[in-house]
Amino acid sequence: MSETIPHAAPDTSPPSRHRATTARRQATPTAPRGRGRRRHRGETLVGLAMTTPAVVLLLVFFVVPVALMFGLAFTNARLISPRPAEFTGTENFTTLFGDSLFWASLRNTAYFAVVVVPVQAGLALVLALLVNAKVRGRNFFRTVYFLPVVTSMVVVSLLWRFIYEPDGLLNQLISAMSLGAWDGTDWLNNPSTAMPAIMLMSVWQAVGFHMVIWLAGLQTISADLYEAAALDGASGWRLFRHVTWPGLLQTRTFVLITITIAAFSLFTQISVMTQGGPLDSTTTVVFMAVRTGYEQHATGYAAAVSLVFFVIVLTISLVQRFLTREKD
Amino acid sequence: MAVANPSTQPLGRTLSLQAVRVLLLLVFAFPIVFMFVSSFKPDAQIFADLTSWRAFAPVGDISLDNYRGVFDRVPAGRMLMNSVGISTITVVLGIFINSLAAFALSRMQWRGQRVVLTGIIATLIVPFETFALPLVWWVNKLPWLEVQGFSLVLTDGWLDTYQVQVLPFVANAFSIFLFYQYFSSIPKELDEAARVDGASWFGIYRRIIMPLSGPAVATVAILTFLPAWNSYLWPLMVVQSEEYRPVMVGIQYFFQLNVAWGQVMAYASMITVPVLALFLAFQRAFIGSIASAGVKG
Repeated sequence: MSETIPHAAPDTSPPSRHRATTARRQATPTAPRGRGRRRHRGETLVGLAMTTPAVVLLLVFFVVPVALMFGLAFTNARLISPRPAEFTGTENFTTLFGDSLFWASLRNTAYFAVVVVPVQAGLALVLALLVNAKVRGRNFFRTVYFLPVVTSMVVVSLLWRFIYEPDGLLNQLISAMSLGAWDGTDWLNNPSTAMPAIMLMSVWQAVGFHMVIWLAGLQTISADLYEAAALDGASGWRLFRHVTWPGLLQTRTFVLITITIAAFSLFTQISVMTQGGPLDSTTTVVFMAVRTGYEQHATGYAAAVSLVFFVIVLTISLVQRFLTREKD
Repeated sequence: MAVANPSTQPLGRTLSLQAVRVLLLLVFAFPIVFMFVSSFKPDAQIFADLTSWRAFAPVGDISLDNYRGVFDRVPAGRMLMNSVGISTITVVLGIFINSLAAFALSRMQWRGQRVVLTGIIATLIVPFETFALPLVWWVNKLPWLEVQGFSLVLTDGWLDTYQVQVLPFVANAFSIFLFYQYFSSIPKELDEAARVDGASWFGIYRRIIMPLSGPAVATVAILTFLPAWNSYLWPLMVVQSEEYRPVMVGIQYFFQLNVAWGQVMAYASMITVPVLALFLAFQRAFIGSIASAGVKG
């Protein structure tokens, strides 16, 4: 049993094993401790060897590029260029903050996030409550609501591009239902409807994912709580307000953070459906970064965009984490 | 829960809730059904059928012409094989490397363990999109061994290769975390007994822990396969030639000049069927793995 104790509290035990003084202060018998210390040395080699492949790959493909982002953002590096990159100081950022396309991208990204985060989280919760009930065919409903999640965003964007065509599914439906009184619009080519159209499609695609997360959260709430509250005469909305909602605190944090980050990373839909148009009404930060970095080969400038984006995403997730933790 | 228990509610309310569920079913299923159905119709019929129930039924002028057209027009076979290969290798390598790391982190005691674990977990909060562009620049600088004739040559740059589509996605903090949690729930006495019998640490990993971890392996397999098959942004940036192109990037072929919607739907159906088939076969595992991804909190 003594073996399980250090594992159960990995935050304190492993370092204490290095120092005999701290180890003696712990109330564990000496025999297993001595054996553990001897084994410890061999385990270090094996443990390092086993984690090396993963650690090396993470260093090469995560740590290095993130560090490079900070470095390249202050240079004029180009993707394919015979000349070495030169240090240009804060020039990229001065250009960036004076670039109207960057501000438009930031505005569009924020617009998308502000609408999609609450709408998608809310709808997903409603769906979860609908299929959590013990009704006929609830597994079938769940499966179907989840279908768009496994369908790739590229395919979904293609499909909805057709739905939004001037003579596509949506307009035909609108015109049939209004008996020809209204013809709809060219959704993706109209600057005022392009972004809302993309929002609608994005929610449709991903809402099933978060429905499943909410469902998992609902399962963790004890049935006893519902029974006790029901005995006290609570029902319907009050039950939801005082039992379900507080019970979903952890899940809420997760859902909000994942949707927000996904919303800020908006790219595929834009690339497949509008290419940032019409009139830059759907350009997003990631789309702009990819355009400058990949099509114009301006790596340094793209790194500056990435760095700003990185700071925004990190700030938002830290703030969300902090706010939801405080209430705990 | 009482809100949802039909027996405590008036029949009318239960029925109307069921109606809502069915309505939502149509909303979620019909665009996908429409895609499959339209892939068998000529363009003229797709548009003619739009306003009636026929849009969602395989009726009228049905044929495989669109599929033949797709194969005539683009290297669809090649792209499918590329995607199958890339996804499979990413999944297999990912399961091995991440479970091995999680094993060392969850079941052994060693110096520097906490530093490694904290470092790996810290990578979780940075989305891929934020550093994708510096990564492109970086992989373009990486050397790679290549067979040229009878000698191995160190080539410059990874753009337009298979490895650039696989290696950056093999090590994954989230997979390590899932394995770590699962391994931690297996009793430590098993290791103890195996050690007494003279098993090595790798032996314990291979013969005891991995065979007990089917659900974790399935979860990681699903959560690695989906993004690998669906990846778009990354191959768009690092793959230029047809030879290495995966399926999602292939859609770019279809948006030049006049869009042939029948063929678009046929291609979209082709690249969706493998995933949907997997999903329907293992939907319990799929939904479970997504749920376990969320419960981690």
